[in-house]
Amino acid sequence: MNRLLDVWRHSVLGRHLLLAVIGLAVVVVVLEVVGDFRALQLAAMAYLGIAAGGLTVLTGINGQISLGHGALMAFGAYTTALLLDDPTGSMPISLVVLASTLVALAVGTAVGVAAARLHGPYLAGATLALAVAVPGIALYFGEFLGGEQGLRVSLPDVPTWALDLEYLLTGTEMSRSQYVAYLGWITLIVTFVLLANLARGRVGRRWRAVRDDEVSAELAGIRLGRARISAFMVSAAAAGAAGSVLAITARLAAPSGFTLVLSLTLLTAVVLGGLGYLSGALIGAGLLTFLPPFVTRIGGDAGLSDIRAAELAPLVYGLVMVLVILLAPAGLVGTTRMAMAERRARRQMAAAGKTDSPGTTHPQHDSNDENDPGTPQASGSTTSKGSTR
Amino acid sequence: MKARLLAPVAGLLTATMILAGCGAGGDRESDSGGDGGGASDVGVTEDTVTVGGHFPLTGVAAPGYSEIPTGAQAYFDYVNAAGGINGRQIEYIVKDDGYNPTNTSQVTNELVLQDEIFAMVGGLGTPTHSAVVDFLNSEGVPDLFVSSGSLQWGDDVESKPYTFGWQPDYEIEGKIIGQYIAENMPKAKVGLFLQDDDFGEDGEKGVRQYLDKQIVGVERYTSGNTDVGPQVAGLQAKGADLVIAFNTPAYTALTQLTSLALGYKPTWFYSNVGSDPQLVGSLLNRFSEGAVEGDNSSLNGVLTTEYIPGVDATDDPWVQLWQEVWDQEGEGGELTNYRIYGMSQAYAFVQALAAAGEDLTRDGLVEAVESFEDVTGPQLAPFRYSADSHMGISGMRVVELQNGKAEELTPVLVSDIGDAPIEEDSSDQASDAPPEGGIPDGS
Repeated sequence: MNRLLDVWRHSVLGRHLLLAVIGLAVVVVVLEVVGDFRALQLAAMAYLGIAAGGLTVLTGINGQISLGHGALMAFGAYTTALLLDDPTGSMPISLVVLASTLVALAVGTAVGVAAARLHGPYLAGATLALAVAVPGIALYFGEFLGGEQGLRVSLPDVPTWALDLEYLLTGTEMSRSQYVAYLGWITLIVTFVLLANLARGRVGRRWRAVRDDEVSAELAGIRLGRARISAFMVSAAAAGAAGSVLAITARLAAPSGFTLVLSLTLLTAVVLGGLGYLSGALIGAGLLTFLPPFVTRIGGDAGLSDIRAAELAPLVYGLVMVLVILLAPAGLVGTTRMAMAERRARRQMAAAGKTDSPGTTHPQHDSNDENDPGTPQASGSTTSKGSTR
Repeated sequence: MKARLLAPVAGLLTATMILAGCGAGGDRESDSGGDGGGASDVGVTEDTVTVGGHFPLTGVAAPGYSEIPTGAQAYFDYVNAAGGINGRQIEYIVKDDGYNPTNTSQVTNELVLQDEIFAMVGGLGTPTHSAVVDFLNSEGVPDLFVSSGSLQWGDDVESKPYTFGWQPDYEIEGKIIGQYIAENMPKAKVGLFLQDDDFGEDGEKGVRQYLDKQIVGVERYTSGNTDVGPQVAGLQAKGADLVIAFNTPAYTALTQLTSLALGYKPTWFYSNVGSDPQLVGSLLNRFSEGAVEGDNSSLNGVLTTEYIPGVDATDDPWVQLWQEVWDQEGEGGELTNYRIYGMSQAYAFVQALAAAGEDLTRDGLVEAVESFEDVTGPQLAPFRYSADSHMGISGMRVVELQNGKAEELTPVLVSDIGDAPIEEDSSDQASDAPPEGGIPDGS
């Protein structure tokens, strides 16, 4: 136990891997308990979470905005659909997800090069164009990409080793829905570990430096363009993986699934959870997946007609958004973290006030107090300054 | 560092395995209890049968289409109030997919896996429903009466044994339109205005069988792009004096407004999908911000087709039944053609339930629909269902709209896909009447 604590305190990679293992354990437990429908809902949460995680790194840590991440997901989804179309189904599913990630990465690089030259509203405009234009590609190459109806994705059979492993662990058969959910969540965990490590390391510090002050970053020898492009590439790759999981979960890659609405949904997830926090992206994705059907069901149970109940979901969704922005402007996770850091600082200040002899060390404490809320030590992903940007 | 990590990680993994083992073991057993009776009677109890459908209740496709399930619901309520079918009340669950195939996939998961519906009834839309048709068939869920005229619901029984179309497919609609024009307007220069998907493609295939030589221009639009100026101007430039349009109601309004602006006055022949005078009228009013009156007379002189009697046919005994159903069970508002569409579909489903008998199974339901020969119903022409074909209604008649009323130009014409000939319907379905009480019996 002591060793674990040791790892937790001193090794970033160790901490992330520990969190990943715990996460995996939770995923296994949850997926073994829930039924097929919940498993598929969780898979939907996973793909929203992966894409929102990528976006939160781009927007929260590097300060670039993207309204086009839904379009980047489309590249991943169509790649998956095309690769799984092969009737022999020889390609292992992990390679399919990887290939989809690489395709989105390539597209993201091209977009990133353009995006690195743009700022604020111009960048938003350019990525908006991406979101609007990409679904058109599928229509233009209708013969190859299935046009309006898109490509149906046939999920290959659950591999024997997965069936065996499931049987070994739980003594039950793995359903396809469970398999899809496992695929989604394992992809999510892998992506999040990679993103968290990048964000905490040298690369992440450069991204933050570029976000916070371009001139000082440049003076410190950081190449602005390179940092921006790399952030966009990483983020696009995450979107590609998410698109791949989406195609497998929805069994379809169709242009109407990747409209501007999807891109805005991702931004919503990021803002709800808290800009720059991976955990926030996950919570935002969870809210967006589970809230609308929940609200519709409540509306239906309360005796509303089907149409009224269906219209209730966007209403509540909007209200939640407004409430979060009013009451927790840094997002759910961001605001909680800030409150915790503030309390810790206050406690430290109180403790310091009690034990210190007056006069000698006061100036030092003052400076500590100012720093503490700004850099929550355990938060790991960003400063509160970033989260309010 | 790696060595330090190994022990705790291994420990945690072991703990998970044990946890997972416990959690799953208990749950699975209770699960299999529910499914124990075999997949065939999911959604059926002694006194209920649960069915569901996906429709656009919100979003751009909602006007009009969101009324279809309200009509079906009203008819199911009417049947339930009279004691249900074989002692079973019909529970009808409607889910909103916003006409987005990705959502359709999600709500269908919910219907099939969570609500455990016995059958899908009237799922709406070609791109939306094609996202779930494979899933429904692999789960063995009867997928009756898809609200779309695409060929794919009925022409491949082998790969989709559980799916059935309902309305006449767009290809036979195209054939009947094509033949009518070839015979009655042999001099017309025909332009085609097509939605750029199965809808337009299937329709064009049918039309070209009869008037390939008369066609002077073809324009396509992508659903969602509301500027049809280039297409309409293109048809005008080609000198088309008759435009056959396979489009949705919103595009009927858009083409009418655009041609008004361009001073282009061809004869318009809209396919059934895009020709509801009530809805197009209200859309015309909305799109033109009140500049165009938008009442029933705005589509005067427009040609179209019909395969079930609409609200304008107040003398038709079926429409009288629908009016009675709507007055008794409807949720307020007027009876509309979309509500009649939903009721007509619901009527066919109730017929299928009654024919499938007391011991209701999914396969039994499919067999019952496959032997739907000569059933009477609101449809003007008989169904084509058999073990080899799941195509829906076999024909329609050509009509001209005047003040919202459809004036018959031809008798009911029937045909089938491919080069099957077009014939006058001999079944006399167009003049039948609903049974006493408005509820079909088992035969």
